[in-house]
Amino acid sequence: MQHTGFQSSSRFVQWIEYRLPIFGLVDQYVGRAYPAPRNLNYWWNFGSLAGFALVIQIVTGIVLAMHYVPHGDMAFDSVERIMRDVNQGWLLRYLHANGASMFFAVVYIHIFRGLYYGSYKFPRELLWWLGLVIFLMMMATAFMGYVLPWGQMSFWAATVITNLFSAIPWAGPAITEWLWGGFVVGSPTLTRFYSLHYLLPFVIAGVVVLHLWAHHTHKGNNPLGIDVKSPKDTLPFHPYYTTKDLYGIGVFLIILAIWVFYFPNYMSHPDNYIPANPLQTPPHIVPEWYLLPFYAILRAIPSKLGGVIVMAAAIVVLFLVPWLDTSRVRSARFRPIFKQFYWLLVIDVLVLGYIGAQLPEGIFIHIGRIATAYYFVHFLIVLPVVGWIEKPKPLPKSIAEPVLEAKAAG
Amino acid sequence: MTTTAGGAVHAEGGSRRDFLYVATGVAGAIGTALAVWPLIDQMNPAQDVLALASTEVDLSPIVEGQSITVVWRGKPVFIRHRTADEIATAQGDKVEELRDPQSDAERAPRAEWLVLVGVCTHLGCIPLGQKSTDPRGDWGGWFCPCHGSHYDVSGRIRKGPAPRNLEVPPYEYLDDTRIKIG
Ligand code: HEM
Ligand code: FES
Repeated sequence: MQHTGFQSSSRFVQWIEYRLPIFGLVDQYVGRAYPAPRNLNYWWNFGSLAGFALVIQIVTGIVLAMHYVPHGDMAFDSVERIMRDVNQGWLLRYLHANGASMFFAVVYIHIFRGLYYGSYKFPRELLWWLGLVIFLMMMATAFMGYVLPWGQMSFWAATVITNLFSAIPWAGPAITEWLWGGFVVGSPTLTRFYSLHYLLPFVIAGVVVLHLWAHHTHKGNNPLGIDVKSPKDTLPFHPYYTTKDLYGIGVFLIILAIWVFYFPNYMSHPDNYIPANPLQTPPHIVPEWYLLPFYAILRAIPSKLGGVIVMAAAIVVLFLVPWLDTSRVRSARFRPIFKQFYWLLVIDVLVLGYIGAQLPEGIFIHIGRIATAYYFVHFLIVLPVVGWIEKPKPLPKSIAEPVLEAKAAG
Repeated sequence: MTTTAGGAVHAEGGSRRDFLYVATGVAGAIGTALAVWPLIDQMNPAQDVLALASTEVDLSPIVEGQSITVVWRGKPVFIRHRTADEIATAQGDKVEELRDPQSDAERAPRAEWLVLVGVCTHLGCIPLGQKSTDPRGDWGGWFCPCHGSHYDVSGRIRKGPAPRNLEVPPYEYLDDTRIKIG
């Protein structure tokens, strides 16, 4: 009990704590015993929001699984039954489908927050990697979830994505048949995707624990990107940041509710309300919005294997960012040149997302290629070079200093 | 050369204990691989899926210029009764210039009948061109809407991201108007 420094006047809590120091653990992670930097801004809300979104997906998913039937002949009808006959089924499904979009929006902001404030730099490289592992597993989970309603978009998304593996030289065809459990995507594919769609979110939850553990070991970054130097630089996590995170969750829930109740199908595709037909491809297939930038990169390369390799490289390069960025200053606030390139990258990724939704014709092909090239230029050339040539602005002596100076002046 | 608590030092420099470590590790690795194999192999096509292997088709109702789609192993198979014009175009093409060089004679042993697996060799969509109202691409054969692959009247890839020609499935003529695919 003493080793966590946690104190309680309740005999019950003391009894538990002596045998399993769990209250102390919680206190250190999200309680008074966690001295958090005093200057965290709203971009720091997105970590807790991502965790909250994962909980929403798991809770709504488990109840959907009570009604969903994973079989090629019955899956589509079972989802329609959830929508029409199961009590509150429409609400649960819309929460799950739109919750997935919100989850990605939150995680994208979380990742770009890290890129802006240099949160991937020493000693947080592994923390960054664990985050990217979570992101990869989220993409796999969402893709397999999208297959489950077994509509036209489900079926053809499954076909196109699994066929990416057929680009692997020599072993490709055997690997795709192994993934499908047949000669085409079919019921065996659906059932295994369902099994994995159920499993992966819990694996994600496990990696979230590692992510938080790494986070806790050296504590979080902050908008100034400098280390905490004295207790003056901090505030206890509880009640300051617990309240702020709860406020964020409130805003998140309002936005989710607007989607669910007013635009529940805005982010899905009408063709997915047509049952899967293995003999007819819909005229225009696109992935869900959160995969569009990667889809644009895939299509920018006029070769099948090449496209798959470059798309994979677009993610691998994120793992290398801690070493590609040669600047020792973390926060973009003190990096005038980096800051401009950062916003150029944001625009570039948005352009890729837009191109991913267009038919691969005419001008869109060229824009897609330029945007893909720039994506790699940013990480492989701009990041190292700017780190060498840029002269950063002077860093404040401590987190508290600018605050206390402003107080003294005003 | 090290001497461990395990005792005698072997002539080549490793102790008996080193040997036991390695032997245990190897046996463990092989055992694990053998145990994992069934877990991987269960995902391969099951016996009942493999059993649905062949399809017979009667060609007599298909008039010249018409195409039909049949299903073989869950995949669409395009059967086209080609017109004299189409055959002439297909046979007249310069094979060396193609991305996946193959002569029309190799692909269609009886020139008026073209039999193809109707699955785009890019990422597996079904190309358009079976219906008379479908777009058929710049070479008058098939057009894949997913990422814009164009196939000619022999089902050969001409333009777009697909790497190979539409596959010709294994099939044989049972008599003049019937084929067996698979
Ligand atoms: C990382 C967390 C998760 C994500 C991102 C996610 C994503 C998705 C998506 C995008 C869909 C398709 C929605 C649609 O268009 O209808 C879906 C469907 C489904 N998911 Fe999840 N999911 C997650 C966790 C779970 C969990 C933990 C379960 C079960 C325990 C689950 C069960 C289901 C079921 C049964 C469906 C089919 C019903 C439907 O289409 O609404 N999901 N999921
Ligand atoms: S699947 Fe046909 S062009 Fe991509």
